[in-house]
Amino acid sequence: MSDKNILVELNKAGFKQNNKWLVEGVSLKVEKGKIVTLIGPNGSGKSTTAKIALGIYKDIEGSVDKYTNKVGYVPQKISIDWTLPLRVHDFMTLTENINDDAINEALSLTGVMHLKNKNLGNLSGGEFQRVLLARAISKKPELLVLDEPVQGVDYTGEIALYELIKKISDTLNCGILLISHDLHTVMTATDYVVCLNGHVCCSGTPIDVAKNNEYKTLFGEQASQILSIYEHKHDHEHSHEGDIKKN
Amino acid sequence: MFDDFFIRALIAGIGVALVTGPLGCFVVWRRLSYFGDTLSHSALLGVTMAYSFDLNIAFSVFIISSVIALILIQLQKKTNLPGDALLGLLAHSSLAVGLVVIGFLTFIRFDIMGLLFGDILAVTTYDIFTIWTGGAIILIILKLIWKPLFASTVNYELAEAEGLNPDRAKAIFTILMAAVIAISIKMVGLLLITGMLIIPAAMARNISDSPQKMVIFSIIGGLLSVIIGLFSSLEFNTSSGPSIIVAALVLFILSLLNIRQSIKLKN
Repeated sequence: MSDKNILVELNKAGFKQNNKWLVEGVSLKVEKGKIVTLIGPNGSGKSTTAKIALGIYKDIEGSVDKYTNKVGYVPQKISIDWTLPLRVHDFMTLTENINDDAINEALSLTGVMHLKNKNLGNLSGGEFQRVLLARAISKKPELLVLDEPVQGVDYTGEIALYELIKKISDTLNCGILLISHDLHTVMTATDYVVCLNGHVCCSGTPIDVAKNNEYKTLFGEQASQILSIYEHKHDHEHSHEGDIKKN
Repeated sequence: MFDDFFIRALIAGIGVALVTGPLGCFVVWRRLSYFGDTLSHSALLGVTMAYSFDLNIAFSVFIISSVIALILIQLQKKTNLPGDALLGLLAHSSLAVGLVVIGFLTFIRFDIMGLLFGDILAVTTYDIFTIWTGGAIILIILKLIWKPLFASTVNYELAEAEGLNPDRAKAIFTILMAAVIAISIKMVGLLLITGMLIIPAAMARNISDSPQKMVIFSIIGGLLSVIIGLFSSLEFNTSSGPSIIVAALVLFILSLLNIRQSIKLKN
């Protein structure tokens, strides 16, 4: 892997708020066309890590190098002030002027084309989540940061959206930093897993992580079994540095 | 048909309304009405400075309001007091200091009522020039920072994450607020400037379903308020500022009818 494929790289990054470390010592990199997934229990610093990678937190320990400005972000929590009259259509062009075709395409992909002229405040949780995802992909970003992008989406929709995310990573060749609680997804779509618990507890390919003892203590034996269901033959291996070794 | 002073006031007022319309929308969206009050109250200090050192009033008000905004940002960083307490502290103390300084300036005869509530008799050709050039500059800058400012108004983290630099947009917007207060003080008076910013925008909110429409209706509402207000000011011999704000209030009340109608239609 040559270095120009790296979109964002964290080096021993950490963030402290009110004298308490939210997360520390995180090193990871997201490359073009790769999906890196952050997993970990509540409060383990997943969203914080994403915000460090995005440059939202500025006063950080360690370093973060971002090599692209074409970023799409789906935050975990979004508080929008409804004193603003805002339609889905207006929201789509919030950070970049994209043309109508691109808006329609993205909304159709996430299955919410029919909501285009609706007021954002009148959407359900799941509908809003689909709009958030559509907005992030519509600008054809090089780096996508998705913080639990399918929360509140119905079960069939969830599967379809994860398939979409995987497809986007291939078609746009963009790097994705994904935060997900769904271990099935982590297994099927992810190239590299970082397991957080205030620090990096383990990382590697999904298979490597599933075999890791620290992961087992953190998520329980069952979670490890879920992952092993998906074990299959690879023609290559990822080292901990993210390099690919042909078998 | 009309006296020259009235034509001047009308031209000046239209200039003010064109600028307060879009800025007022951001004041409503970003919940800055009390911030606007603080800046406009501090404007009295700016006026006294202008008289003391023989400066241009708009320029002096602009400088003082900007300084107050900077002090506010520093206080927010360095104290544990809540934002509204700090705003109140700055608003009332700067107003009080301004009034005390006026008391010392015995060599000048002040029309305090004119300062507080606006005085159309006092609008000069030079004021019109200040309002229209200042207003044009404010609108051009607002247009330039519209994208990051609006995006961060909707959601700060999205704007920051996607590289729009919302902090810079916010800082520039603060300066624009000081500037709009500086150019509208003579028309509306310093106690009522925030009303000119908020009421037309609030009226517009009631009848719009998109941000662009809200800005346009806010401008139209401001223009109507100025025109109706100034004519009634002339007719009933009232202060210009309160007359304009009352006109804006009437428009706001009419816009409430529109809400009730649309709710009825939905049900």
